[in-house]
Amino acid sequence: MSAAIEVQHVSKRFRLYKEKYTSLKERVVHAGHLPFEEFWALKDIDLEVNPGETLGILGRNGSGKSTLLKCIAGILQPTSGQILLRGQLAAMLELGAGFQPEMSGRDNIFLNASLLGLSRKQIERSFDEIVAFAELEQFIDNQVRFYSSGMYVRLGFAVAVNVDPDILLVDEVLAVGDERFQAKCMERIHQFQEEGRTIVVVSHAADMMRSMCSRVAVLDAGEVISYAPPGEAIRAFRDRLIETGEAGALPGGEEEGAALAAEQAAGGRSASPQPVILGERRVAITECRLELPAVDREYVLPGEGLTILLDLKVRERLANVAFGCAIFAENGSLLFEGDSTMLGDQFDLEAGSSTLIFQFEELPLLDGRYTVNVRVQDGGGGVVHAFREPAATFEVVNPGKTTGVVALPFTVHLKTQRRDE
Amino acid sequence: MSLARSAAATQATVGGISYGPGAEAARDPRSDLARDRGELPQRVVSAKVSLRRRILEIWGSRELLGFLVRKELKVRYKNSVLGFVWSFLNPALILMIYYVVFKYFLHNPTPDFALFLFAGLLPWNLFNNSLLSSSGVLVAHAGIVKKVAFPREILALSQVGTAICYFFFQTCILVVFLAGFQVLPAFGYIPLLLFALVCDVILSAALAVFLSAVNVYLRDVQHLVEVLLVALFFSPPIVYAFADVAKALHDHAWFRWIYEANPLMWIVVSFQRCLFGKVIPPAGKIVKNVSPLVNGRLQPYHVLPTWGATPYWTGLACVLVGSIAMLLIAMVIFGRVEGNFAEEL
Repeated sequence: MSAAIEVQHVSKRFRLYKEKYTSLKERVVHAGHLPFEEFWALKDIDLEVNPGETLGILGRNGSGKSTLLKCIAGILQPTSGQILLRGQLAAMLELGAGFQPEMSGRDNIFLNASLLGLSRKQIERSFDEIVAFAELEQFIDNQVRFYSSGMYVRLGFAVAVNVDPDILLVDEVLAVGDERFQAKCMERIHQFQEEGRTIVVVSHAADMMRSMCSRVAVLDAGEVISYAPPGEAIRAFRDRLIETGEAGALPGGEEEGAALAAEQAAGGRSASPQPVILGERRVAITECRLELPAVDREYVLPGEGLTILLDLKVRERLANVAFGCAIFAENGSLLFEGDSTMLGDQFDLEAGSSTLIFQFEELPLLDGRYTVNVRVQDGGGGVVHAFREPAATFEVVNPGKTTGVVALPFTVHLKTQRRDE
Repeated sequence: MSLARSAAATQATVGGISYGPGAEAARDPRSDLARDRGELPQRVVSAKVSLRRRILEIWGSRELLGFLVRKELKVRYKNSVLGFVWSFLNPALILMIYYVVFKYFLHNPTPDFALFLFAGLLPWNLFNNSLLSSSGVLVAHAGIVKKVAFPREILALSQVGTAICYFFFQTCILVVFLAGFQVLPAFGYIPLLLFALVCDVILSAALAVFLSAVNVYLRDVQHLVEVLLVALFFSPPIVYAFADVAKALHDHAWFRWIYEANPLMWIVVSFQRCLFGKVIPPAGKIVKNVSPLVNGRLQPYHVLPTWGATPYWTGLACVLVGSIAMLLIAMVIFGRVEGNFAEEL
């Protein structure tokens, strides 16, 4: 069985113009020295997708993943190399692209489906199905400009999935409509998978990839850095993120990097309100380090432990001190917060240097980048002597297929009751 | 193994590929390779697309062309009070303006001048409408050009298709006109008229495809075309008679040659020969108050070229060959720049 999609040595060059000259005058004035930089969005990409496979293309913004998808769809032509496709293709790059607001839903179905490559007969055959799927029976003869945005994308999705493609290209558009419609869309995608159709999904949501795809290609700066089953590929993706410093500071890294990473992670807002130092700065946190369970990798597996080391510089003796720690998820939600008083421990700090050790026996977390905050406070609470927020970040990489936040060990059994007759 | 397979597939695809249903029609049924692969249509995306493939792809998308034309017709006058009536009213009003200006202000002596004008305006409007709307068509449809894969020439061709529809609406008015003037067309010249129409369509398509592509890179083209079309309007004998030009250029063979190299001239004159030839035949006609008086005798008044049928046919044949060549060149150029449309828009 030959591959459904063969990407052969595909490269794509873009010209990045510093300024865009599209008028004749500007072209003449700037003739000969058009200010552009060459930029290779794709560099010699080779991929083969077998029929019935679901390929995920994963990458950061600007890694070339959408460019690759557009090349496969035939919207962009590669600068060199070629792509062979076997089977009818439908691309869902933008739902309802080319809808004419002035025309009725009915006319738009015909136009849009025709753009996607359907013949009139095929459209007539699947017309009722499209309308039923979009749930627009009542409004099908209304002008599309009176549609709500939800109705608009529903119609777009309905047309695209009813094209009956052998190869379906999806570009992060699955989040359409209300939850019920989303579920319907996912169901349709799964149905496609069961029917043995080839699907290519582009996303930067690693979790979706894990549950959907049979293989994932990770793109970075226009190159495939991994083409493997999801677990392995996602690990490579996260490794690359860490390498380039985007995943936040490595244990013991610079504070600024960590702060930046946490800020990015929390979408620009800080993870929790900044506590106010009420003490007299008699103690300072000089460094915060993470000790990972394995030396040869820079991430934690679900269920492994983690040690947080705090170097403290104490100027003056402090009695009855508590140490607190909090862990935040990428979206800023608090996963854990605790301090030493909760354990019934009480510490006194002597002047000089000390190292404090937070030990987590087990982190039952799944994929993600997590932020750690630490603080030194008065044992009775109230007075904060020192804090560092964010103190560090760490990465959990899940080799399995489960998704979510918490790694819950589980088993599945089936008990069949024999019917006694 | 993989290389050999892809080479075989490439070869097989040269025979026929399409974006959609057309593939089935275009695929060579004798190909063993096609059978091996099951009945899946094949496609290759690469930087170089052969002209033959482009044409096959356009042919495969002919239904899409129909839908796009229908869309244009529906959308253009949507939300206007008179709606579809405008597609009749617009050319009728333009005709009236030209008639008043050239008949009464500039004293064109041609009898049944409205009919003469109409005969020339018909093919001109087709050309004019095609070019006016097609030069900006890719920019106007940037949304689908960037998001959907289909042969983009279709967009330019849909504008020509729309212009053809308007042409037929105007032909309906013409029939009413002819009945009003109680004039019959020269039926023997109807094949010539159809031939001229074909030439007109191909010429318009060639320029439409070319201009739409260039306009993506140089947005001035759209505005330049508007001005050029105004100038070009006076190049074929629409508001004046061919015979006047022929007389004026009689001693200037070079100018006359240039004038006759204009493909629009041949198309317009052929239309006039068919539709107006009965009013004043090429041999001329004695028209009261118009015919020149030489040595006390009224000379026949000419409007159309004085030649017979053959020069029309040979002239149009040249136009056809030239237009087809231009269309092919335009498609090659279009194909060269098409790959960057999605970035440039």
